[in-house]
Amino acid sequence: MRAFSATFGLSSFQTFRLNLFIEFIWKPDRLRRLTLYYGKNSRQDIPWHACLKALSPYRLEISLLIQEKISLHALESILARHSDRKSVSAGDLITINVDIAGVNDLYVQVIDEFKRMGGKKVWDPRKVVFFFDHYSPPSTIQASANQQTMRKFCFEQGIDKLYDIHSGVCHRVLFDHGHVCPGSTIVITDSHTTTHGAFGAFSTGVGATDMAAILLTGKMWVKVPEVVRVALEGSPLRMISAKDLILHVLGKIRADGAVYKAIEFTGPATYNLSLEQRAVLANMSVEMGAKAAFIEKSAAEAWETHGAHAPQDPPYHRTSEGYTYAESFSFNVSELSPQIALPGSVDNVVDVADVAGVPIDQAYVGGCTGGSVEDMAATARQLSGRTVAPRVRLVVSPASRAVYLQALREGYIESIVQSGGTIINPGCGPCLGVHQGILSSGEVCISAASRNFPGRMGSPEAQIYLASPATAAASAVAGEITLPREISCPS
Amino acid sequence: MPQLIRGKALCVGDNIDTDRIYPSRYIELTSDAAMAEHALEGIEASLPSRLASYGILVAGRNFGCGSSREHAPRSLKAAGIRLILAISFARIFYRNAINLGLPAIAIESQMEVHEEDDLVVDIAQGLITNLTRDSQHVCEAITGFPADVLASGGLVKHLHGTVMNTYEL
Repeated sequence: MRAFSATFGLSSFQTFRLNLFIEFIWKPDRLRRLTLYYGKNSRQDIPWHACLKALSPYRLEISLLIQEKISLHALESILARHSDRKSVSAGDLITINVDIAGVNDLYVQVIDEFKRMGGKKVWDPRKVVFFFDHYSPPSTIQASANQQTMRKFCFEQGIDKLYDIHSGVCHRVLFDHGHVCPGSTIVITDSHTTTHGAFGAFSTGVGATDMAAILLTGKMWVKVPEVVRVALEGSPLRMISAKDLILHVLGKIRADGAVYKAIEFTGPATYNLSLEQRAVLANMSVEMGAKAAFIEKSAAEAWETHGAHAPQDPPYHRTSEGYTYAESFSFNVSELSPQIALPGSVDNVVDVADVAGVPIDQAYVGGCTGGSVEDMAATARQLSGRTVAPRVRLVVSPASRAVYLQALREGYIESIVQSGGTIINPGCGPCLGVHQGILSSGEVCISAASRNFPGRMGSPEAQIYLASPATAAASAVAGEITLPREISCPS
Repeated sequence: MPQLIRGKALCVGDNIDTDRIYPSRYIELTSDAAMAEHALEGIEASLPSRLASYGILVAGRNFGCGSSREHAPRSLKAAGIRLILAISFARIFYRNAINLGLPAIAIESQMEVHEEDDLVVDIAQGLITNLTRDSQHVCEAITGFPADVLASGGLVKHLHGTVMNTYEL
């Protein structure tokens, strides 16, 4: 049915807004049908209720809306759009439509739970993505069997987005393949799903049962988060990477500083980072407990690159004026020196200089938060013309196949191998200690990945320091924790 | 889901992450019985076999931080933990626990509880009775959607009862 509708609105004050909507809906074909029906009779013959019925296509609706809060955060706009609401605010329990549902190979339980729920067909196979990144390739019969079950499920369900063991870490793979659309909702069975906030999406991690329910219904319940604003001011030294910045923030806000909240990163030091470095900030937001992350500038940039795929009306990447943040932090990073998290917790952060000289057994550069092209470049530059120290292993894993190929073309891989580094398949392996670089008791590792909990990379008696790829690579050469060397390089 | 849960308290500290609750190297395991053998193994190797004698896990801040692995609450439940009390929970862990039908309740930071204390918790009213110390404490009550899920015995059964009627499969 064609409908004509006009809305007149009166707006807008700073914090309070009074809206007067007059909605006038004209449905011409319905009117014609009624006229035809009553056409043979004279007007007097039509009973009064039939007259009302005939008039009903002309519906005059006057609604008076007084909204206390009109300012929406960009993330709230995304959530409102995905829950078919005009607006949402922090604390609302809503059900959202999921645009991308991702399952990785740790989560064969998703399939079991899906079947236990009575599920026969996933709600939309085009929106479901499977990633084999944690066991790529599998090193045990059980892990291989789990992948086999998942491959079979994808085939049966008609899910063609199955990124097998050659592809890389889920977050980078989604980005490489252009699946991340600003303004969309992305849910993956991985805590680091907050990454996609750097590209303008609302993205969060869930467990197996939640994901099974999403595969069944396409929906997920979520509490609208408060937003914490983290402004990174100043211009950091050249040797400072996004990892140093986020470790510094983690040390200040602490591991439970943003539980249930979303973190938005702003400020020149954020905006001067490349897109893949900004993703590091969003990625490690979860180490502060965050539900989601957001970076407005990259959302706007992603909006432009995505063009036709992005929703055209209201700019969902923008936070409206007057939005009140739950908390605001500002850090001047101009004087910041390279940062390092001490073994055991991500938020026990000091200057690298404070622990320089600690002997290491392994250095790891790779994964979703340390395996970008720039991270490969930083590693290669630190190694250039030098070799990894005797009795030290340097394990390097590009985040994805696309990163791997580019790092090969640029010569970074060759340089790393020449210097004695060990390149492993793109994936998550060493970061969570399932294969390819497990630590034994008493060993010390400096890692450019995201976590250093006891036992994270193998033995609970191993010690893991977290630092930037440059610091990790420089330490591999020195055989002990050391500051990265100053290198002039094209910015 | 019974409204009253009674058990001996097992106390753990702040920021207990999912690697300590359920080490990554066992993620490939798929059965509850196999997972139960490794619950809290990252804290102490002898803990998994002793969990059944406790029943209630009492933790500090940010319990379950880190990975999204559902194995963490699943292994605890399979090993005999029937309730988790913590000053605060990491978000994904909390969702996973409720979805599996394992109640998780936020407590006040100054609540005094010691290892092996005999606790009775009224999860709907939000009341903890410490029988050993003869004291009572108010805690968060489980209401709304999480209460519905727990009442059904987890999200799988809950969806069987509600969503399955709404969605065409």
